[in-house]
Amino acid sequence: MTLASTSTTSRDDDPASRPGPAPRPGENKPVDRLLRLLRRPLSFQGLLVGVAVVVVGYLALVPLGYLVHDTFLGSGGSGVSLDAFARAYGGNSQAGQMLLNSLWFAVGSAALALTLGTALAYVQVRTDTPFKGLFFAASLVPLIVPGILYSTSWIFLGDPSTGLLNSLLFKPLFGSSPINIYSVWGMIWVQGLHLAPVTFLLMVAAFRAMDPSLEESAAMSGASRLTVLRRITVPLLRPAMISAALLMFVQSLESFEVPGLLGLQNGIYVFTSRIYFVLRAYPIDYGAAGAYAIGLLVIAAMGVLLSGWLQRSSRNFQTVGGKAFRPRPVELGRARPYVGAGVILYFLVTVILPVGVLVYASLLKYYTAPTSKTLGRLTLDNYRAVFTMPLAFTALKNSLIVGIGAATAVMFLAAIVAWVVLRTKAPGRRVLDLLAFTPIVIPGLVLGLALSFVYLRMPLPIYGTLLILLISYCTRYLPYGMRYASSAMAQMSPELEESAAVSGASWFQTFRRVLLPLMSGGILAGWVYILVVSFRELSSTILLYSPGKEVLSVLIWEQFENGQFTTLAALGVCMVALLVLLVSVAYRLGARFGLQSDSAN
Amino acid sequence: MLTVESLKKSYDDTSGRSAKRKSDQGTRVYAVGGVDFEVHEGELFTLLGPSGCGKTTTLRAVAGLERPTEGRVTLGGTVLFDSDHGVNVHANRRGLGMVFQSYAIWPHLSVFKNVSFPLEVMPRAKRPGRKEIEDRVGQALEVTELGAYSSRPATKLSGGQQQRLALARALVTRPDLMLLDEPLSNLDAKLRESMRFELKRLQRELNLTAIYVTHDQSEALVMSNRIAVMNKGRIEQIGKPREIYTKPATRFVAEFIGTSNFMEAKVVSVTGDEVAVDTAQGRLLARGVEAPPAAGDTVLISVRPECVDLSRERRGDVPNEWAGTVLTRAFMGDVVDHIVGVGDLEIRNRSNPNLSIAPGTEVYFSVPPDKVTLVPVD
Repeated sequence: MTLASTSTTSRDDDPASRPGPAPRPGENKPVDRLLRLLRRPLSFQGLLVGVAVVVVGYLALVPLGYLVHDTFLGSGGSGVSLDAFARAYGGNSQAGQMLLNSLWFAVGSAALALTLGTALAYVQVRTDTPFKGLFFAASLVPLIVPGILYSTSWIFLGDPSTGLLNSLLFKPLFGSSPINIYSVWGMIWVQGLHLAPVTFLLMVAAFRAMDPSLEESAAMSGASRLTVLRRITVPLLRPAMISAALLMFVQSLESFEVPGLLGLQNGIYVFTSRIYFVLRAYPIDYGAAGAYAIGLLVIAAMGVLLSGWLQRSSRNFQTVGGKAFRPRPVELGRARPYVGAGVILYFLVTVILPVGVLVYASLLKYYTAPTSKTLGRLTLDNYRAVFTMPLAFTALKNSLIVGIGAATAVMFLAAIVAWVVLRTKAPGRRVLDLLAFTPIVIPGLVLGLALSFVYLRMPLPIYGTLLILLISYCTRYLPYGMRYASSAMAQMSPELEESAAVSGASWFQTFRRVLLPLMSGGILAGWVYILVVSFRELSSTILLYSPGKEVLSVLIWEQFENGQFTTLAALGVCMVALLVLLVSVAYRLGARFGLQSDSAN
Repeated sequence: MLTVESLKKSYDDTSGRSAKRKSDQGTRVYAVGGVDFEVHEGELFTLLGPSGCGKTTTLRAVAGLERPTEGRVTLGGTVLFDSDHGVNVHANRRGLGMVFQSYAIWPHLSVFKNVSFPLEVMPRAKRPGRKEIEDRVGQALEVTELGAYSSRPATKLSGGQQQRLALARALVTRPDLMLLDEPLSNLDAKLRESMRFELKRLQRELNLTAIYVTHDQSEALVMSNRIAVMNKGRIEQIGKPREIYTKPATRFVAEFIGTSNFMEAKVVSVTGDEVAVDTAQGRLLARGVEAPPAAGDTVLISVRPECVDLSRERRGDVPNEWAGTVLTRAFMGDVVDHIVGVGDLEIRNRSNPNLSIAPGTEVYFSVPPDKVTLVPVD
């Protein structure tokens, strides 16, 4: 998952791709160019660009504007004040504790994910380990098992009293139940494991981009394997590792599912769960929630910016660029069986165990450890309950409507924006690119809060409809859609468009008959990807949905709040099955377009 | 000094054991299929061949970066690898110097640090002191004319400088044997030519023993003391550059090194080292033939284009003179090629560019008997 915006790729330097008249001397000032553009008769192309700017700007900026406005000015409206921040952060030690928990949780999760992901990537890319297929199977986990289900699975496994690990493993063996998933360590464990595949994919890319002869030449210089690792491999990968760590830090900070499910039980608050808590209390203090949201937003934005900056600066480390390196895996020799066992263990713990326990729980009347008695009483009642639950079908229908709607809208918008950014010299295209990229720094919960500020105020009947969810998803996934669209666009030579133009095609004919068909693979892959992530979206939905307008992820959350764990499990199994189907379609489509997993929850 | 005996490396095996098991079934494909050679002290020995011929794999097996399936590698008196006795000295314990095709300059280190690295990672007992490290790095940089760049980041060097830096790093430990894996292939044509002489000068001055891998035949001819021409995982011929060029042992060698005219022929008579053969277009006399074939054998005749003498008039007093018609001519600046048709045979001649004969002209050409090479039919 590279978060570099498309503006960092400078394909637009090519003067040949410039439509419209060449600038005459003295007309190069942006203002002049803008004026000239405005004076031109309104073309379809100009209209499209204009609409794209307005829509993207609206999606990206309006919620943030309302968030800042309402937090600093309050809804009462008596000038700028910091009252909301005082209410949120001052007065008691709770805010300090929350900040501490947030950082502890985010740093811990990032560290765990980075360690696991990097080690796995090294083993996968650089050694002749057995079971290489399992790595990529495991890397699918964050895509097909949403955070809320992964957390639930670990509750089944790590609950102090009923958790299988405690009751089946530690209690009989050591006579105690040491695992408590409802702790910061438990949260770190679940979040770290859920994110590890993402770091794995990032680090696999980093290892593949690194010339193995850099390590071989160190070995030839007489350095032992450990010295090579310490003095060559790690320093060379440091920029990629720091960048990945920062991204994981931000992802953990923004995660609501894990702290919501595991932390709230014991009153362990982080930013996201605190915002949720404040909004569920009475009377609702929107100002304080906004103050927390702005704090979270600032930290997240810093992390993303820093990581993007590091990624760009790390390019200095490339000596001979653009070469595909022949894979020359290190022979593990006698260590091979042990490494293989480690791989199996990892797969068992992160995939088989959580998914298995979910399936197991879905077959029970109430959750309990397996004994010969409970195993004899397995039942499909929960599935029956799910299929007869009227809400389940409404939720599925709503999920599909919002998911398909968001995927379509985002990919349509992204295709246009990518074209403007990569293929034209339109003034302000860099701003447009930046705007389309902005939502990546906005945590889901913050976006949810900001959108409710906007539409609670707005006279249009949007709040409380599915439309608000659609707007939220469009905003959240626009940066991801942009990634697909711009990489599809970049694969195409500008000459293809130019030759269409020379053949006499108008701009619209070129767009429809040349660009769209050629981009369709990438666009479709992006479309399925957004559909997949929409199904898992919880953190903004949870603040925006209203009764009767539930989606699947919210339904699961409601089961959790009502303590219906076995129904939740059955619902979860159905959802995982659905996502497996969608993801395999996406993979088939996206193989050519570098479908990358990420963990936008 | 270095001896490589029946070295084999099979594809896609991950450990010696599994490869052996599969080779018993007789279905293995070998990247290197039994290679033997010896490198003498102070010589530059070249492994030459097209891509995929196994030359790099052979080099990497000597380096210890690749584990051969079978064979034995000995340096001086030390066994580095022996499949029969399970000896496999790890790459970092072999004490060799190596220059990689990509140079493998560490981008996070300065020029000085790149070169000092091999000294710094020596076992504590052998590691030189700080002062000596500085001196030896200074020397290595001086020899490669990089002295002025010592404190620069390595990535700020040009291609040719990076190449020399890689060389300095390989030299700094004064290894017994240097391994050079296509070290010039990433340079542009002009620089490559000057670096050839530069490398050769260094090798001679420092009396280095080196194995040089390349696919560029002219590079190999210019630089090597001896060349091993490889094809499909096997060595076709080992010899001095001149031998390889003038006396190719196989059709592959004759085709791969330079260009050649080939004709099938039947041996008519053998007198000492003189062999007369009949081709479809007439009789040819070859002189100075080592290991002459028997009368009646079928052989392949190889004649280099520059050994074909072309003239407008019949000379009559020279052996091997044939008549033909110029089909095309190609001016290449320093030389000119004429393709001469004799029956359905096309003979390429290469001469001084002063000569220019229009297509369609009747001409005569001859080949000195000592320039006619007999190659066994594969």
